[in-house]
Amino acid sequence: MKGVLLAALAVVLMLAGCGDDDGTSGGPPGDLTVSAASSLKEAFTEYSGRFAGEARMHVSFAGSDELAAQIRQGIRPDVFAAANTKLPEALYAEGLVETPVVFAGNRLVIAVPVGSDIQSVEDLAEPGTKLAIGSEGVPVGDYTRAVLDRLDPSTRDAILKNVRTEEPDVKGVVGKVSQGAVDAGFVYVSDIVAAEGDITRIDLPAELEPDVAYGIAIVKGGKNPEAARKFVDGLLTGEGARILHDAGFAKPR
Amino acid sequence: MTAFRALAAGALAVALAFLVLPVVAIFVDTSPGELLASLGDGASRDALLLSLETTSVAVALIVAVGTPAAWFLATRRFRGKAAVVTLVELPLVLPPAVAGIGLLAALGPQGLAGGLVGDSLVLQTAGVVVALTFVAAPFYLRQAQAAFAAIDPALLEASRTLGAGEARTFARVGIPTARPGLAAGLALAWGRALGEFGATLMFAGSFRGITQTVPLAIYDQFATDFPAALALSAVLVCVSAVLLGSVKLVTGAGPLGVAAR
Repeated sequence: MKGVLLAALAVVLMLAGCGDDDGTSGGPPGDLTVSAASSLKEAFTEYSGRFAGEARMHVSFAGSDELAAQIRQGIRPDVFAAANTKLPEALYAEGLVETPVVFAGNRLVIAVPVGSDIQSVEDLAEPGTKLAIGSEGVPVGDYTRAVLDRLDPSTRDAILKNVRTEEPDVKGVVGKVSQGAVDAGFVYVSDIVAAEGDITRIDLPAELEPDVAYGIAIVKGGKNPEAARKFVDGLLTGEGARILHDAGFAKPR
Repeated sequence: MTAFRALAAGALAVALAFLVLPVVAIFVDTSPGELLASLGDGASRDALLLSLETTSVAVALIVAVGTPAAWFLATRRFRGKAAVVTLVELPLVLPPAVAGIGLLAALGPQGLAGGLVGDSLVLQTAGVVVALTFVAAPFYLRQAQAAFAAIDPALLEASRTLGAGEARTFARVGIPTARPGLAAGLALAWGRALGEFGATLMFAGSFRGITQTVPLAIYDQFATDFPAALALSAVLVCVSAVLLGSVKLVTGAGPLGVAAR
């Protein structure tokens, strides 16, 4: 009988334990939960390692729009870092986060396998070229569409016809290019740095380049606003800023 | 009622509440109007049609190849059988992301068989079918093997002594007798295929009408249009429930009947 009770207790504890994994509760003071855009993965992973003295770090990466949707559904990380300014500003307007600040810039580029024949945006319009882009709503997908909209309509339509997959985040695009599933994809220059030689980049002409700015905001109702503030400050001026720079990000404009 | 009986009943109540609550919540938050409207949405409809098409093909492949394979496993003894069974069941416990990586490494353009398949699978509807088949097949194989193994050997022996060859025994005795178990396996495999997400995204990508199945469409809509994602989820729950129920009904297991022994 005792054994059965213990087993039942274990199940209950296990169920209770599951509740802690979803990021809704920060646990005891000292935890810091960060929701960050996929493109920040390498930089934020390193920065979080350095920040570990200040708080126990829990960082999750996904498309910025997915993370914003989670916050709208009641998930409360301490910090939300997006690959655009639109999403943090929208959450600010909805009263869900504090005033957002821009903490980094990035550049949209074309990712191709090393040794690819593709040399320009126009080459992407060649029939039979296979492309991966971000889906609509995820920042990288929106930047990509903004670039295509600046081309003449026939080139834009030819390029869109070559799209084979619309990925939920930029790392999905990187994966499809590096696996050879597609011939090219639109990613950030920081993703090329992070891929360490698997793929190379083709820069966009200046007149096509979108203004890529990363916004960050402290989430209202987070468990650890003090550490959140320090985390954000470090990204703006401290060690985080240096790590971002090394990872290929630009200074905020 | 003994104390243990009460405890077991309580445990069942906890399990039921835990498993049913998320499903109920989907319907509480979705009005019937939204549910119907989501069927009118082009992307949702494309996803539903694609999911029905790809899961049907995958399940047909699984049943066609899996039934004789399971028969062999259930009726033969051979060296290394335990290892073979474990290998066949392995995808059951693989995370979908591992399945996706494995499929890319095997059947991707740079994979082991890359020269053979080229890019005929990756980012194609056929690739979705491959991913679904990979993750769902073990569910059927397992159940089918158990169902065949549970047939009274005397029955099979009688069939043989009456002059039926193995093929005839398999078709006339094996399949009819094991039908409830086969149906349960089919339903499980179909359900798993309908819900597949990770391996599909990694191997087949996500493109409307070509590779974007319902779970991928739900994930896509989650960020931009939560009510639509919720409504499509409700539709998927209904479709899955109807599929599983009718498979069991048609094959005689009964929608609430006992699954495989």
